[in-house]
Amino acid sequence: MNTPLIEFQNVTKRFGSRTILERVNLQLYEGEVTTIIGLSGSGKSLLLKQMIGLILPDEGTILFRGKPLNGMKKTEIGTSFAQMSYMFQDNALFDSMTVYENIALPLQETTNLSRAEIDRRVLVRIEQTELGDAINKFPAELSGGMQKRVALARALINDPQIVLFDEPTSGQDPVRKNAILSMIAQYQRKFGFTAILVSHEIPDVYFISNRILALYDRQIVFQGTPEELENFDHPFKDEVIHSLEALQKELSGLYSKRQFKILNHAQLKRREFGENYCVVIFTLEELNTIMTRLGHDAVQEAIHSMGLYIDKHFGPSGGFSTRHRINEVITMLPYSDIADAQSILLDFIKDFQGKGNNDIWALYRKLVSQEECVELTIMAGVAQGQPLDEIDSVIDAAKSQQKEIGRLQCVERRGVNR
Amino acid sequence: MALAANNQKSQEIEAKRQLGMLLSRPFSIIGGAVINWVSNIGAVTIFLFLSLGKIFRSKQLSKIIQQLYYIGARSTTIIMLVSLFTGMVLGLQSYHALVKFGAQGAVGTLVALSLIREMGPVLAAIMITARAGSAITAEIGIQRISEQIDALQTMRIDPLKYLISPKIAASIISFPILTTVFDLIGIIGGYISGVVLLGLNAGTYFHSIQANVEMKDISDGLVKAVVFALIVSTVCCYQGYFAHMRLDGRGAKAVGLSTTSAVVISCVLILISDYIVTSLLI
Repeated sequence: MNTPLIEFQNVTKRFGSRTILERVNLQLYEGEVTTIIGLSGSGKSLLLKQMIGLILPDEGTILFRGKPLNGMKKTEIGTSFAQMSYMFQDNALFDSMTVYENIALPLQETTNLSRAEIDRRVLVRIEQTELGDAINKFPAELSGGMQKRVALARALINDPQIVLFDEPTSGQDPVRKNAILSMIAQYQRKFGFTAILVSHEIPDVYFISNRILALYDRQIVFQGTPEELENFDHPFKDEVIHSLEALQKELSGLYSKRQFKILNHAQLKRREFGENYCVVIFTLEELNTIMTRLGHDAVQEAIHSMGLYIDKHFGPSGGFSTRHRINEVITMLPYSDIADAQSILLDFIKDFQGKGNNDIWALYRKLVSQEECVELTIMAGVAQGQPLDEIDSVIDAAKSQQKEIGRLQCVERRGVNR
Repeated sequence: MALAANNQKSQEIEAKRQLGMLLSRPFSIIGGAVINWVSNIGAVTIFLFLSLGKIFRSKQLSKIIQQLYYIGARSTTIIMLVSLFTGMVLGLQSYHALVKFGAQGAVGTLVALSLIREMGPVLAAIMITARAGSAITAEIGIQRISEQIDALQTMRIDPLKYLISPKIAASIISFPILTTVFDLIGIIGGYISGVVLLGLNAGTYFHSIQANVEMKDISDGLVKAVVFALIVSTVCCYQGYFAHMRLDGRGAKAVGLSTTSAVVISCVLILISDYIVTSLLI
C-alpha cells in the first residue's frame, strides 16, 4: 500500500490525570475522504488538532508523508502544515469581519498577491460556494448553513491539499446536515483535496467516505471501508452505530444499509420456497442540476421527502427502505407479489405527484428564490424475486425495469403536474 | 506487648508527620505562590519580547494605524475631559493653599509640575486602561474562546504578529501623545480655575510655568508614559490571550474575569512602576 499521508504511531494524549487518547494508531491516505466516527467527547476533534499541530501529543509519533513531525525542521513542519486547512466545528469566523474579509484573510496575510488577484480568487470561491448575496455581511447576519459555507470557502482559499473538517454538520437540522455532507463530497471531487472529517452522522457519512475510522474507548478500533464496517463485530457497533441508526430511521423513514440487510435476511428466512417478494427501486434524476441551481439543501429535501412518502405507502404492507446510492432508494416488499407491488406503487405515484409535489415545492420556496425552477424526474422499477434469489440480481432486474413515474416541477410557474 | 509498643510508635510517627505538615504548610503555600508569580512574570516577559520582535515585520503598518485609532484617537475625548477637571481641581486647591502664604503666583508651577511629572502620565494611563485596555482583553479573550486564534494558527498566521504586536506598538505611540494632551488640557484647566475664576494674573500663571518647568520634567513624564504603555498593553493582551487557561472560569466567565484582572493588575502595576521609575529618574 502507498505511504500514508498522515500516520499516528502509539499517540497518547492526557489532560491532567485524564487520558483522552491512548496508544492510538491510524493511517490516512491521499485523495480519499476519511471519516472519524465516535461518541461525543471521545477525542475525535483532538485527533484533528494533533494532525494540524494545534495540540502536541504527550507520547507517540505523528508522521506526515512517512516523516515524523518531531524529527522535522521548523521550516519543514511549516511547509507540511501549509498544505492543510481546518474547518472548525463552530466555524471560528472572525465576527468583526465581513464574509469577503474572512475569506480573503489567509491570502492577505500569508501571500504577496496583488489586491486584484486576491479579489479575483475570493470572488471565485464566493461564487462556487453560492455566497454572492452575503459578500458584505457579517457572520452574525448569516444562517448556520451559510456560515458553514463561508468557513469552507475560507478553508479552500489557499487551494489546500488536505482539508480537516471538525464536525461540519454539528447544530444543523437533518436536511441541512446531509446538504453539508453532500457539499463536502461535491467540492472534494471538484478540487481534489484529501478530506478528513470528524462526524457522527451515521450512516450519511458512509455515502461520501472512502474510509471510516472508529474511535472508541481512547483508541482507534476500526479502520476500513464503510462496507467493511458492516461486518465489524465490536461493542462499538452496539453502543454507537445502532443508536445513531435508530435515530436516523426516525428522522428520514429510511433504514441504514446494514439494518436493511439484517431486516431483509430475517424476512426472507421466514419465507418458503415458491413464495415471492418484490423490490422497488426509485431514482431521482437531474440531482446534479438541482444541486447546482437550487443548492444542496433542496436536494436533501427532495430525498428526505421521498423517503417519508415511500415509508407512508410501502410501510403498511411490511415494506422497508434504504438509501442505496446518493440518488437511489430501494424498497423491499417481503410479502407482496408483483401485482400488489405495482398497485402500491400506483397509489404512491398518485399521492406523490399531488400532495408530495406541493409539499416539496413549498419547502423549496423557503430555500430558493421564486425565479429558480428546475425539474426533478423520478424513475421507478419493480422486480419480483424468490427467497433463494440473490437480492442484488433482483435489484438489477428492478433497475432494468425503471421508467419515469413522475416529474416534480415548479407548480406556480407551470401550473400543472404530470 | 510488642504489638502495643509498635502501635504506639506508629501513632507517634503519624503525629510527628502531621505536625510537620502543619508547620510546613504556610511555607508551601508561600513557596507555591512565589513560584507561580515568578513563572507568570517570566511568561509575560517572554510574551512581551516575542511581540515586540514582530512589530517591524511586513504588513504591520496598516494594523498599527488601525490600533492607533482604537487605542489613541478614540481615547482622546475621555482624556481631555478628565484632564480638564483634574487641572481645574489642582488650580483650585493649590490657589487656596498658596494664598495663605501669599504665594499664589506659584499656582501655575504647581499645576504644571504636578501634571507633567506625575498626574499626567499616571491618570492618562489609568484612563486608557479603563477605556482601551479592558476592550483589548475582552476582544482577544473572545477571539480565544471562539477559536478564532486557533483558526489564525491553522491558516499559518502568527497570532502574536497579527493581533498582539500592533496593539503594543500603537500603545507605545499613543500613550506619550495622550499624556501630552492630558498635561496641556490640565494646564488649561488650572488656568480656568486659577485665572478665569479666581482672578490670578494670566501672565504670572504662564510665566511661572515657563520659568520652572524644565525639559527633563517633560521627558521624564514621557518616559513614564512609555513604561506604562508597555505594562498596560502587555498585561491586557496577555490576560485576553490566555483567558482559556484560567482555572477559576471557562468561556464567557473567563473573559469577564480576565478583563477584571487586566484592569486591576494594570492599575496596580502603573502605581508601583511609577514609584520605581520616579526614584530612578529623580
